Amino acid sequence: MEKSCVSIKIELDIVAARQLGRELAKQVGFSVVDQARFATAVSELARNIYLYADQGEISFDIIKNMNQSGLRLTATDKGPGIRDISQVMQDGYTTSGGLGAGLPGVRRLMDDFDIISEENIGTTVTVVKWKR
Amino acid sequence: MDVAKIDINSYRDLLKKYIDHQDESSLYGAEQMSKAFIKNHILPDEIVSLHIQSLMELYPSLSQDIQNSMRFLLETMIYYGLAHQEYQALRENQLALRSEISLAANVQTTLLKTDKPDIEGLDIGVISMPAHQMNGDYYHFIKGKQDSLGIAVADVVGKGIPAALCMSMIKYSMDILEEEAMMPAKILKYLNRVVERNVDASMFITMFYAQYTPTDNLLRYASAGHEPGFFYCAQTDTFSEIETKGLVLGVLPDSAYPSYEQKINKGDMIILLTDGVTECRRGNEFIKREEVLDVIKQYMHLPAQDIVNHVYKYFERLQDFQLRDDFTLVILRREV
Repeated sequence: MEKSCVSIKIELDIVAARQLGRELAKQVGFSVVDQARFATAVSELARNIYLYADQGEISFDIIKNMNQSGLRLTATDKGPGIRDISQVMQDGYTTSGGLGAGLPGVRRLMDDFDIISEENIGTTVTVVKWKR
Repeated sequence: MDVAKIDINSYRDLLKKYIDHQDESSLYGAEQMSKAFIKNHILPDEIVSLHIQSLMELYPSLSQDIQNSMRFLLETMIYYGLAHQEYQALRENQLALRSEISLAANVQTTLLKTDKPDIEGLDIGVISMPAHQMNGDYYHFIKGKQDSLGIAVADVVGKGIPAALCMSMIKYSMDILEEEAMMPAKILKYLNRVVERNVDASMFITMFYAQYTPTDNLLRYASAGHEPGFFYCAQTDTFSEIETKGLVLGVLPDSAYPSYEQKINKGDMIILLTDGVTECRRGNEFIKREEVLDVIKQYMHLPAQDIVNHVYKYFERLQDFQLRDDFTLVILRREV
């Protein structure tokens, strides 16, 4: 088991998180498309931390089960939290109004998706992509 | 070319053929393949990846710069893929919603169903078409003792589903009335109370209620702020507006409605409608109310049902087959 993390404070940290994510994806043996998708998911989650929580952390684990290996990404922050998770998981809902893929986009990019959030305490998003 | 294959070999071979010959048939093949990609939900980033892979197989010594540039292109396509998936999901949602609304519209049609009564000596024509799936207009016939006839034409201010829901309530309030025993003005007074108590303050209903008794050939009527109808006098061959006073339903708890009456002679016509008829638009301009009469005059020699059908078709065409508002037209003509 390998674990590595990047803390997100400034916008440049998003790039560092992407880079680390992409390297690990390559290491696990993801296809070029899946590497790019994984990096995009890292980007989205890191940007969420940067925009809404001021600071937080992105960490990666290489995981294995019986017949496949994959990469798990955990994004943690102590920000304001999300009041209505169902709402932000709907397509077409973005608070920043920009062209964000948002959480539904992250869910599409990855295979497994989980989110725990509590108002005024923080948010943890855990996603996994398996090698195809 | 039959069903296009979308595997790496087919793509690579087609690409090679095009690079060698630059022929139109390869491009046609590409078009077919593109359709197959869409049909199979293949995302743009995957297509770029397919292209990169094919290039690498065809040109194993492809320069590193070109390879890098292709990776760069792939990266820019990721969000297009996401956007495409989102549109797809929204589209499916929309289809589901549409079928749900059409079910609701069917339920509404059943709930609000009213039969055109058969009354000797009276020719009745009626048409009611919704602008969207659900109708916010409503008409209702009730046949009473001695062939007396009650007719209601109503319009909810507002369109679509809220208006339609509201109409069902009106219909059931009327069902529990013994209408044939009541005067139109009294019925409106009662319905006003129902609407005022039960419907959101921002929603209003206009209604024209009339009662025709063949024994004395008298039409008694009252109106709650409804679009005025027309009376056609056969003897003088003239149309006149049916003038009434009365506030729309649901504004004040104690509105009262004046009663009016009109003698109906042989060949006379009563024309009742909603503002969806008089507020038809030609381009951006509203038609004039008289234009409705001009169209009716053209078809007056026909039975009442044919008149209303023709008038509807005329205005449907005038508005490029897209109604802006629900359209309801009722014509009654005394025959003997």
